[in-house]
Amino acid sequence: MSSDLDVFVGNTTLIDEEVYRLWLDGHSVAEAVARRLRGGLLEREATSVAVLQSDTRDHYRTFQMLERLLHAPPRLLQQLLFQIPPERQALLVQRYYAFDEALARELLGKKLSKGTKKELDEVSARTGVGIRSCRRQFDNFKRVFKAVEELRGPLAENIQQLFLLPPSLARDYAAIVFFANSRFETGKRRLQFLSFGDFAACAQSMMAHWSQGALAPEAAEPDGDLPKSFLQDLKELKVLVTDKDLLDQHKSLVCSALRGKISVYNELEANFKVIEPCRSDKWSPGDLRLFLQHYTAAPRNLPGFRHQALWERYMAAISACLLRMFHD
Amino acid sequence: MPGKLKVKIVAGRHLPVMDRASDLTDAFVEVKFGNTTFKTDVYPKSLNPQWNSEWFKFEVDDEELQDEPLQITVLDHDTYSANDAIGKVYIDIDPLLYSEAATVISGWFPIYDTIHGIRGEINVVVKVDLFNDLNRFRQSSCGVKFFCTTSIPKCYRAVVIHGFVEELVVNEDPEYQWIDRIRTPRASNEARQRLISLMSGELQRKIGLKVLEMRGNAVVGYLQCFDLEGESGLVVRAIGTACTLDKLSNTSAFLPACNSPSKEMKEIPFNEDPNPNTYSSGPSTPLKNQTYSFSPSKSYSRQSSSSDTDLSLTPKTGMGSGSAGKEGGPFKTLLRQQTQSALEQREFPFFTLTTFPPGFLVHVGGVVSARSVKLLDRIHNPDEPETRDAWWAEIRQEIKSHAKALGCHAVVGYSESTSICEEVCILSASGTAAVLNPRFLQDGTMEGCLEQRIEEASPPGCGFCHIPYDELNMPFPAHLTYCYNCRKQKVPDVLFTTIDLPVEAIVVGKGCLIQARLCRLKKKAQAEANATSISNLLPFMEYEVHTQLMNKLKLRGMNALFGLRIQITVGENMLMGLASATGVYLAALPTPGGIQIAGKTPNDGTYEQHISHMQKKINDTIAKNKELYEINPPELPEEIIGSPIPEPRQRSRLLRSQSESSDEVTELDLSHGKKDAFVLEIDDTDAMEDVHSLLTDVPPPSGFYSCNTEIMPGINNWTPEIQMFTAVRVSRLSNINPTNQTLNKNFNDLCENLLKSLYFKLRSMVPCCLCHVNFTVALPEDELVQIAVTAVAITYDKNQALQANKAPTEKSQQRASTDNEEQLQFPLELCSDPLSSQPFSPAKEVLEGASSHTGIPAAQRATSVDYSSFADRCNSWIELIKLKAQTIRRGSIKTTTSLEKASPLAEGYLRHRSVPSGTNSTVSVVKMTPLSFLPGAKITKYLGIINMFFIRETTSLREEGGVSGFLHAFIAEVFAMVRAHVAALGGNAVVSYIMKQCVFMENPNKNQAQCLINVSGDAVVFVRESELEVLPPQPAAAAQPTGAAGDVTT
Repeated sequence: MSSDLDVFVGNTTLIDEEVYRLWLDGHSVAEAVARRLRGGLLEREATSVAVLQSDTRDHYRTFQMLERLLHAPPRLLQQLLFQIPPERQALLVQRYYAFDEALARELLGKKLSKGTKKELDEVSARTGVGIRSCRRQFDNFKRVFKAVEELRGPLAENIQQLFLLPPSLARDYAAIVFFANSRFETGKRRLQFLSFGDFAACAQSMMAHWSQGALAPEAAEPDGDLPKSFLQDLKELKVLVTDKDLLDQHKSLVCSALRGKISVYNELEANFKVIEPCRSDKWSPGDLRLFLQHYTAAPRNLPGFRHQALWERYMAAISACLLRMFHD
Repeated sequence: MPGKLKVKIVAGRHLPVMDRASDLTDAFVEVKFGNTTFKTDVYPKSLNPQWNSEWFKFEVDDEELQDEPLQITVLDHDTYSANDAIGKVYIDIDPLLYSEAATVISGWFPIYDTIHGIRGEINVVVKVDLFNDLNRFRQSSCGVKFFCTTSIPKCYRAVVIHGFVEELVVNEDPEYQWIDRIRTPRASNEARQRLISLMSGELQRKIGLKVLEMRGNAVVGYLQCFDLEGESGLVVRAIGTACTLDKLSNTSAFLPACNSPSKEMKEIPFNEDPNPNTYSSGPSTPLKNQTYSFSPSKSYSRQSSSSDTDLSLTPKTGMGSGSAGKEGGPFKTLLRQQTQSALEQREFPFFTLTTFPPGFLVHVGGVVSARSVKLLDRIHNPDEPETRDAWWAEIRQEIKSHAKALGCHAVVGYSESTSICEEVCILSASGTAAVLNPRFLQDGTMEGCLEQRIEEASPPGCGFCHIPYDELNMPFPAHLTYCYNCRKQKVPDVLFTTIDLPVEAIVVGKGCLIQARLCRLKKKAQAEANATSISNLLPFMEYEVHTQLMNKLKLRGMNALFGLRIQITVGENMLMGLASATGVYLAALPTPGGIQIAGKTPNDGTYEQHISHMQKKINDTIAKNKELYEINPPELPEEIIGSPIPEPRQRSRLLRSQSESSDEVTELDLSHGKKDAFVLEIDDTDAMEDVHSLLTDVPPPSGFYSCNTEIMPGINNWTPEIQMFTAVRVSRLSNINPTNQTLNKNFNDLCENLLKSLYFKLRSMVPCCLCHVNFTVALPEDELVQIAVTAVAITYDKNQALQANKAPTEKSQQRASTDNEEQLQFPLELCSDPLSSQPFSPAKEVLEGASSHTGIPAAQRATSVDYSSFADRCNSWIELIKLKAQTIRRGSIKTTTSLEKASPLAEGYLRHRSVPSGTNSTVSVVKMTPLSFLPGAKITKYLGIINMFFIRETTSLREEGGVSGFLHAFIAEVFAMVRAHVAALGGNAVVSYIMKQCVFMENPNKNQAQCLINVSGDAVVFVRESELEVLPPQPAAAAQPTGAAGDVTT
């Protein structure tokens, strides 16, 4: 006797966290049942495989119906179809938008396009994240990207508001959007050692110091884009590198300031603006911080350098990034 | 001009995209009542239109107000072609027509389309101004209250319980009209929904008129059903119990402030004190204003064998019971005479109530039931539904005579049902024969002294068990003993009833759900031959169902059944019987004997061995069940410890030792001992199967109990956590050559697996009890069986439960005492945010007011109240958000934000930035339960009945996730629409919720399916008892709807 139709609907929608996880991970109903069986549920609850299948199918149907709403979390709060306690709603949203950092790392800085989506098979193989889950996470990135692309104001807060994510998760999404927007190449081999968390921290510093929002909260441009004027201004700073005279003066100022304070003084001169030498020379993070402080402050005493404010704004983010990247 | 209906269309949200080119919609709304239609302006290019319309006013008479639903249609404007319908909302405005209920209907309603389901929401405000109507011959019955609840509603007192009211209306089914061939499925579905809505309104109005004629002001236990007779038409019928109710006085102070001067006039039918004497002595009771034609109907009709003569064969009357006593003496006679006089003037002394005011129920005789098989023919004249009326009248007469045979004048827990297959229809009625206290039936002058004497005569806790019939003239053979509680009166050995366990009943241990399941094959046949074969099968089915119930009851060591409901369902080639009841051990009745197996061939050694093996298994099961259900009667321990099969001798000895003057009884007992119902004779393999099937019922997993009554006997410490659910299964009986045995097994497995599945689903609520488990069986097609279950799972406190068991009688006092305290009203919100802008919810002000009284932030309280069980499972960041939500104060927010804060989740994160966002109101929690109460809460107000009928159809079944996906979504949509209506009435719960019909049809080859669902219940406002203790009572302000969602500023 087979059951053609089999449904269970509660006035309060039942959410099974374990099944939700299995669904999010992209398992089919059969796979999910197999995994639940392996978890020893059968013995614990003294039930049958048929019951487990029926239960899993019910949950999967619920999640499929909920998915449409999860694409716009504020709708999940307003909808009348499913009565879900706020805590559970929050859990649904948070879990749906949570992502595998390995996957995010792979996609960082790439264009969130159809082309990239087609490459997900490889990404899935590399990261060990199921392909269906990869696609869902990719779609999440893309959806968030599209939603906040044109919005003004702080990126993370916009994401928080539109997708009702916990603050830390919203900040991570902001980083993903930032990288996707500015297309920093993060795939270079020498950057391989950096984790998603490192890049996310860098993105936050850059947005914090360089974006329009950092200067004028009611700025016209979205935070994800670095303001054109700022990038324009940065050209002015090139004098510090291109003008041999200024460069030397800058160096000597920094060196004199640091003399005796840094244990690896000998290599200092070679280390301007590069991270790998610092690592190979076994600098301590404290040394680097000190160096950067003086490096940032020094041009103040350079004759004829008129862009100290801009320089400091530039260096604030760079320093934070360098410090973050400078880890083992 | 008796009434003015005012409607305002405020806004829409989440509308579907109707214009693919722009991904937007140009929506407008048509508001229709009767034959008048208004339209809003088109709100161009938006999925969240803000119409903010004027007040559309309909001037109508109150008859129309009662019959017609308000119909709101949302359309997409199209310049060049016809406007596309997005969906509709039907609003029953009946709750606005009587005082004390809702004063305004205001809120977000799902926009429903029969093909696409819910498509966005619309915000509507509806009000009614009623004018006084001096017309004595009016056709309307505004002011009569309706309750689905089958007991006296919690905040009322029954002044008089008048009795049975019934009515039916018939019409052609639009689905079968010629026009249906040319119109779209949508148009056809909508015509059907509208017609049924109209017919329900008309039916309710007519019932209301009868109630007014009886000088009542309310109908309790109102049950309305549809018979989809196919070609022959559509019948809507209803039964109920007319009452005069009095709102408990201390609540009157908290009646909502009413704006319209007409409100007082509305109360007239309520406050009018009927003169009961003139009524009760009047020769012509207005109960029936229709003449019943008993002339043989045109159709072929055959009664199932149910005459009094075959009582001994068919168990349909007086299942179990015992003898009355001469002991009752003159008092009993007096009582009987009075009751008789009160009841005899009623054509049908029936009561649809299942729970009664204390003292109302004097004695219970047993279950009475009647069925009849009819052939349907076309209803020629919808205005004269005599045929259907006559059918029911016949059945009711039969019930009445059965009750009389049991020495009873009344039938309580009465219900009626039908099962239709093609042109054959089985009509069923059942109830419990009872003797009632006349005090409630008429406003008698001798109330006081009578009351006193009743208390003397029948001790509480066992009085209802005492037999009402004459011991020497028993309607059927039964064992009688002296009551094990009072030792004064006679009681039967088992008692079957259709009512809930009386609160005063003394029970040992816990109860449990007992089901009897049965399939019988039948030849496919046409018309009369078909009806004949069904009629012939019915008595055997009833007998077998009864035997199964009896055996299963014994197997659990119990002696009484409550809430018994036997459904017989007819299909093309089989009949199915499903009986559900709650078994209990009544302390007043004797300890049940065990089950003894007797083989036919005693000399066969292996056979003998087999028999003894089975006997052992049965004995073990009984012992296990006694332990499981904690059945340890305080007295007669030898019976429990000893063999579960007491020999007749042993029994009689015991009896003699207890009651000296019972020689007669002993004799009687012995004589019947030989025919003991619980000796199973195994004479063939069938019987063997039956015994096996007895043992296949698996007890619920530990931590679970289940019952089909309102309350679980033996558990009284419920927590507020409840979960109502509906589960539906359709299974194919795949046997090529089915036999009764294989079918029985399949059916049994289907039910058992379904129950198992429920226990698994609800495992997180343990320890818990499934209450009011209601199974409905349908046979939609050959070989297809559909089972629908609606029930509520309630968590209870295990530690307290153990204590409570020691004092089982405390329960009644506990329950009774919760009813009469002062009232408070406000709905609880899903949102835990005290600052949230909820323009249409009356809760906001009150919640804030409340928090100022207690000093507890409203946020905290609301959350912990509604979802306390989830609190421990929520993530740490949510906790953080909650903290945040509490620390944010009004002053810290400077901008006007209508976009903010829909939940703690949104609340914590949202900043006032001009990001487009639709979060502008909260969805309030609406609890649903099939019970008449909410554990740990007090119902402070009844807002009116919810009676909704929906059709859903699809032509893309696969795309919607197959049959399961389709039905899952539809049931969720029905729940959502019920909740939305309740919330719009200002309520926060539906009690006595019931899914009366779920008709599912599929055609997988065409990728099509259709489903009809009919649900009803009472919309109420409840307040947590924990809050009542904390808060001083304060009048709640009536909801003042503000203009639009966006208007409210913080």
